[in-house]
Amino acid sequence: MADNNQIGQTKIGPNYLRVFLTFARNSLVRDMMFRTNFLIESVSSLAWSSMNVGLYLIIFQYATSIGDATGWGKYEFFVFMGTTWIINAIVQAFFMPNIEEFSDLIRTGGLDFAMLKPIDTQFLISLRKVSWSSLANLLLGSVLIGFSISQLATRQGTPWSLPPSVFLLFPMYVLCGVAILYSLMICLAATSVWLGRNQTLYDFWFYITNFSRYPMEIYARGWGIPLFVAFTFLIPVLVVVNVPARLLAQPLAPKANWEWPLALFTLFATVLSVLASRWVFRKALLSYRSASS
Amino acid sequence: MMSLASLPTQFSCWWMVFRIALEERLAYRGDFALGTLMRFLPIITQIFLWSAVFESVNGRLAGYTLPDMIAYYLLSMLARAFSSMPGLASTVAKQIRDGEIKKFIIQPIDMIGFLLLGRVAHKIAYYTIATLPFALVFFLCRGYFSSGWPSADVLLAFLLSLVMAFLLGFFVDLCIGLIGFWFLEVSSLLFVYMLLNFFLSGHMFPLDLLGSWQFVVNFLPFKYLAYFPAAIFLGKIESSQLWIELGLEAVWLLGLICLARFLYARGLRRYSGYGG
Repeated sequence: MADNNQIGQTKIGPNYLRVFLTFARNSLVRDMMFRTNFLIESVSSLAWSSMNVGLYLIIFQYATSIGDATGWGKYEFFVFMGTTWIINAIVQAFFMPNIEEFSDLIRTGGLDFAMLKPIDTQFLISLRKVSWSSLANLLLGSVLIGFSISQLATRQGTPWSLPPSVFLLFPMYVLCGVAILYSLMICLAATSVWLGRNQTLYDFWFYITNFSRYPMEIYARGWGIPLFVAFTFLIPVLVVVNVPARLLAQPLAPKANWEWPLALFTLFATVLSVLASRWVFRKALLSYRSASS
Repeated sequence: MMSLASLPTQFSCWWMVFRIALEERLAYRGDFALGTLMRFLPIITQIFLWSAVFESVNGRLAGYTLPDMIAYYLLSMLARAFSSMPGLASTVAKQIRDGEIKKFIIQPIDMIGFLLLGRVAHKIAYYTIATLPFALVFFLCRGYFSSGWPSADVLLAFLLSLVMAFLLGFFVDLCIGLIGFWFLEVSSLLFVYMLLNFFLSGHMFPLDLLGSWQFVVNFLPFKYLAYFPAAIFLGKIESSQLWIELGLEAVWLLGLICLARFLYARGLRRYSGYGG
């Protein structure tokens, strides 16, 4: 890769963007070799998501909103759900298949080969494969958001309008959410250096992110408050979907006074999570002892 | 098939099958108990979600109060612990595909009996370890069971429905696996089944929420896998209907057993021993 660098450039190293694009292209080529499988995978993730819509369509036949005076009515909540899918689709497409493999690499000693490559190890093990079929949910999420917003925009009573800043802020906060989830995942996977096998930890990841799938207000009561605090400030999974979804859906017509501080905190939490995960990853690599041969 | 073998030999053979499966399962106890406890974590989210949903509902949602709803999820989880058969269909299909099934043809052991006994052992091993986490969670959540213990006959019907849920779950999964004789790869079929199962069994939500559509799921066997036991316990099924419904479940079960036997016999006839 070094010979692709322009003459005169002093830093010799791989061009990360090109490497990533190569990874992405290779994965796509591979996926297209098994086209039926690709189709089945896409359809199956779409089917799971549609079933979720089914559940909430049923719930909203009986209830008017998720929580009293939270503003999460039917279409606001569908915007929330669409945001969840988009974020999860990105995580599943780019990181999930790789990081699942990471603990296998540690257990089998295959990590040696990754560490020998003249490229950042974390980059290599995080982005080697792209699961293109997972992006089907990104499309579905966008469609759901588009539809819900058109319903919100034409609703009776309180008008709903989109400030232009959202076009910048929404993608930015979606990426923040992805970064937070990625950091959490890398931290959990890195622990397999110390624990050997950690199937239960993956379940743990699933269950923790399960908390992020609902409006955070629902936890802010009674014995939920410790959970609310822990999952906002300690392991910030609650802000992952909530912040971008709130920006877009605007459940509360004049914004509550805590919404902007929360958005600001999310930026802070993102930077901190990424740094923490980088630190944990390096620590893990230092403790890694090869397992093969 | 086993008419020549004496009854004691036959029994000791099945006893051995059962014990091997049991010990295989008890190998990783710690991981297992922790995993079971963790499986209850989504219940926490469900409690908060439904508490929030009930805020904009007048006390009852499709006949369920908030405690009823939480109790329903806990009970349906218990029912799923009986009826879910992780990996059964895919294992059967895989054995057909790579020819491992030959061992049942040449050995004097009936495959369906072997698999059933293996599952019974797995489930028993599962309950011996999972009882503690289950008991703990149910104890912590006892406040949601607002009407207390049901009467003795309802309790009996509940237990019966759990046992039948196990058998029904087993034979449905087995039938899907046996379709592998015709298709070899059943993973997409299995996926469709899991999807239907999740939605129509009542695992996702109480089927009463379907309102006027409920009659559709009433004609399907899926509801016995999760909804039915929970509904019995919560008194959602009238006592006059109770035993009729259980009878219907038994008919479904009988039908599925016959279907599995039929598929197995037919499948063996067209089986040609792929793989080495």
